[in-house]
Amino acid sequence: MILAASPGSAQLFIELGAVLVGLAFLGRVAARVGIPSIPLYLIAGLAVGEGGVIELLTAREFIEIGAQIGVILLLLLLGLEYTGEELTTALRDHSPSGAVDLVLNFSPGLALGIVLGWDYRAAMLLGGITYISSSGIIAKVLEDLGNTGNRETPVVLAILVTEDLVMALYLPLMAGLLIGGEFLDISLEISIAVAAVITALVLAIKFGDRISAVVFHRSDENLLLSLLGLALVVGGIAEQLQASAAVGAFLVGIALNGPAEHAARNVLIPLKDLFAALFFAFFGLQIDPANLPPALLVALGLAVVTAATKMATGWWSAKRSGISVPGRIRAGATLTARGEFSIVIAGIAVAEGIEPDLGPLAAAYVLVLAIGGPLLARAADPIARSVVARTRSRDLKRESEVRT
Amino acid sequence: MTHVHETKLPGVGTLHEFECESGERVGVIAHHGDRREVAIYDRDDPDCVSASATMTNNEARVMANLLGGTTMTEHLDDLRQEIQGLAIDWLPISPESVYAGKTIGETSLRSRTGVSIVALVRGEEPMPAPGPEQTLQADDTAVVVGTDEGINAAAKLFATGGS
Repeated sequence: MILAASPGSAQLFIELGAVLVGLAFLGRVAARVGIPSIPLYLIAGLAVGEGGVIELLTAREFIEIGAQIGVILLLLLLGLEYTGEELTTALRDHSPSGAVDLVLNFSPGLALGIVLGWDYRAAMLLGGITYISSSGIIAKVLEDLGNTGNRETPVVLAILVTEDLVMALYLPLMAGLLIGGEFLDISLEISIAVAAVITALVLAIKFGDRISAVVFHRSDENLLLSLLGLALVVGGIAEQLQASAAVGAFLVGIALNGPAEHAARNVLIPLKDLFAALFFAFFGLQIDPANLPPALLVALGLAVVTAATKMATGWWSAKRSGISVPGRIRAGATLTARGEFSIVIAGIAVAEGIEPDLGPLAAAYVLVLAIGGPLLARAADPIARSVVARTRSRDLKRESEVRT
Repeated sequence: MTHVHETKLPGVGTLHEFECESGERVGVIAHHGDRREVAIYDRDDPDCVSASATMTNNEARVMANLLGGTTMTEHLDDLRQEIQGLAIDWLPISPESVYAGKTIGETSLRSRTGVSIVALVRGEEPMPAPGPEQTLQADDTAVVVGTDEGINAAAKLFATGGS
């Protein structure tokens, strides 16, 4: 006989089910309006958290654990996107663009944090939040606008790759700084964590084929268990080494390629969709909506500045690769979207509780640029086209002037 | 000779593009997985795709046939990948192979490698389902079915015959 669920679980099912139905509804709204679903999931979380419209009683604990698994899955799938070869090629050909990206987009967040008189670690986290573009939103934007084949697209993708690699070093660095302690202890700990990540990255690139062959199994069920188990174990070990679980999962993703990669993506994507949605909702849930309006103005200013710095990054990098003006505009506008990884970084800050203002600011900031970024990318095409038309008519005029 | 330019798109796939004599640029994106995308570039803004069509693997094959290319080898490549653990390949029998001049039965290929010869091609002439008494000649092509490792072993045997 199947045991009847306890009364507590009835409440849990209803709450959790209602949250999922709510997220599904918002996802449909987002698709209808043509914006990414991440900002709406955040808003949903705000509505059911502290000071929200309805406060969850029993589902919160499950959502919290689900959110942590969501981060693991987000990074695992990000790693699966790339093969080791793609990482090394992007790094070789586009590291100057990656460096410009880092300097231009990390600084505004860092500077604002310092101006606001925050702890230096909170300021560095805000730098990370403004630095990292959203691979998920950008991939969707490229696809929706039919820009995948454009010649500036390899530049955009290469910048995203360098950002992901920087994040693989940045997260352990921040983890080390957040633990605190003597300067010597911290630097030793960070060096160990960073060395572990680099070693694992080299091993993943070098022995990816062999690891993939061992992990691969024809049964989807078995593959799912192997992959999730492996990602959690490696993530856990990475966390213990202060290198952050997310980075461990990212490295597992990098190591997998070939048939294992393809099959892995198919079995993991539904799981990621579920847990990543919980992750975005959970981040919103931790923030009191009452704190949002005061943060909105600062967030808006930061969004404008960092949209401009991303535009500049895209412009410079595309120019470097011989792309003409319209392509430079498109590359820059496409890169402006921030999303899931900014929230991953902000989530660390909220979990550590180092700066109470950081959470609401990050939420408002991501809301603005997760919605504004794709709109800007969409607007870039007509703008670029009018630039082309204008330069052409100017050329024609000049030609006719020369003739007369 | 048309110059085809290859670009890796990290996380997406590979882009091949070239310029036609007519001045138009055409690209094909092979997405990770099965999708293919054909893109035609804007004349005024050659960095930008102005029209594109997304195709499944099958549709891409139909397209290639319509364009007059031969897709036989590509087809076989796909077969090798699509059926996990089962591979089909065309193996030439080198004159150096000790198998040249022996019958299929004498080679005991199947017990050595687990690979079966399902057809022979001699010159232009196909010989489907050869029996064990069929003699293998130098420069025949054997169509074989087996595991990847089995086929690699068979290819070595057909090249030198040494074991």
